[in-house]
Amino acid sequence: MSVSEKIREILAEQALLSPSDIAVDASLEDIGIDSMGVVEVIFAIEETFSIEVPFNANDPQASAFDVSSVGAITAAVNQLIAEQKATG
Amino acid sequence: MSRRVVITGQGAISALGQSAKATVSAMMEGVCAIAPLEFPNADRLSVGIGGQIKGYDPAAHFSRSELALFDPFTQFAVLSAREAVAQSGLDFDEALSLRSGVVLGSAGGGLQTQDENYRLVYEEGKNRVHPFVVPRLMMNAGSSQLSMIFGLRGACYTIATACASSNHAMGQAFHAIRGGSADVMLTGGSDSMLCFGGLKAWEGLRVMSSDGCRPFCATRNGMVQGEGAAVFVFEELEHARARGANILAEVAGFSMTADAGDIVVPNKDGAARAISGALADGGLSAAQVGYVNAHGTATAVNDRTEIAALRTALGPAAETVAVSSTKSMHGHIMGGTGAVELLPCIAAVKDGVLAPTVNYDTPDPECDLDIVTNQARDQRVEVAISNAFAFGGLNAVLALKRFS
Repeated sequence: MSVSEKIREILAEQALLSPSDIAVDASLEDIGIDSMGVVEVIFAIEETFSIEVPFNANDPQASAFDVSSVGAITAAVNQLIAEQKATG
Repeated sequence: MSRRVVITGQGAISALGQSAKATVSAMMEGVCAIAPLEFPNADRLSVGIGGQIKGYDPAAHFSRSELALFDPFTQFAVLSAREAVAQSGLDFDEALSLRSGVVLGSAGGGLQTQDENYRLVYEEGKNRVHPFVVPRLMMNAGSSQLSMIFGLRGACYTIATACASSNHAMGQAFHAIRGGSADVMLTGGSDSMLCFGGLKAWEGLRVMSSDGCRPFCATRNGMVQGEGAAVFVFEELEHARARGANILAEVAGFSMTADAGDIVVPNKDGAARAISGALADGGLSAAQVGYVNAHGTATAVNDRTEIAALRTALGPAAETVAVSSTKSMHGHIMGGTGAVELLPCIAAVKDGVLAPTVNYDTPDPECDLDIVTNQARDQRVEVAISNAFAFGGLNAVLALKRFS
């Protein structure tokens, strides 16, 4: 399963939807994930990909991790996987 | 005429100082005691700062047999109570001991004892723990030890309402004396959760700041944990007068509400109802309130919700009331925080000096009340209120009045 598919699966489980209902340009708000849901999604992403995601719930916009859309999350996760693999 | 309740002793320990006197003095100097955390495995935490009590030697205060039974949260409660009772000058004779009790708040109880002993059995694979693990870790350990040390034989219990625990506890002590079931209560709260397991759990929520506690400031980015305790002697007014006690302040009103909303997100209505309720309980008007010791955790949502709640509860009077959050200096002491934060409320009504919100650098348009920033302020205050709004949507507000 690709990174993108795994992320859609994580989001679908959190939003109680089917992965096919998760559009790439959808925001988390669009699919009904609230602020505490975002924190759970990030935990699931960290566990699934064995990465550390920089994220402060007090100021999601200022965090280095872009959660503005499904596509943005996927891109950010791909970048973190590459970075954190490089630094071991 | 109903019975009135006054405060005749205070004691505390926090990162700011190892007595109430030292803690209040550091607050008024605007000292920030938040610093790198020092305990085993702290390097594995993503947030490495806190209001930790440093330079503290338990053996200087307690015997070997006491230390076997006292988790740090109990030690802090006992040290605070010793100071408070000494200041009050009370002697608990046979008659008074039957009319006196204890009610403390704590969110974590003996969490350090739990953390260390789980580590021993799971990580080190030990099959045997110290015989006193249970009497050390139980939530009521602090209250029970105070009852035993001072011989207080009335109501004795511990309240756990997360960050509002101390305020709920002090409210119950106030009600017990006002209602006539006790004449003296030792009350306040204590917590000591600055250990690897305690902080790791908080990291999960992603609401902590890794660079400082800046309540009501536009650049705030989360809460910072602290530890400590404060204990007060609450006493019925005529009892205090009859023995010529030095009265620090009057406990005038108290109210508690529940949001019945979200387990972590605060609610303006619940907070506002608690503030209004405390004033109504004490027969106080919004215009009498000169100082608010805010819950002020420095999370994005708490601070703007609290400011909105103050506007709702106080009306036009909110625009001139002085507000500060001393968590910026000592961190969030969880179940002990309301107790430590009653100290600056007493200082406000008794001495006319308001503790500041330190680390304040940029105004936030959503928190645009009169925040006492960075330096203490001299200002005569008749009524001070202390807010506590806990996870779980539980709100408890106390109102103190200058005693003259």
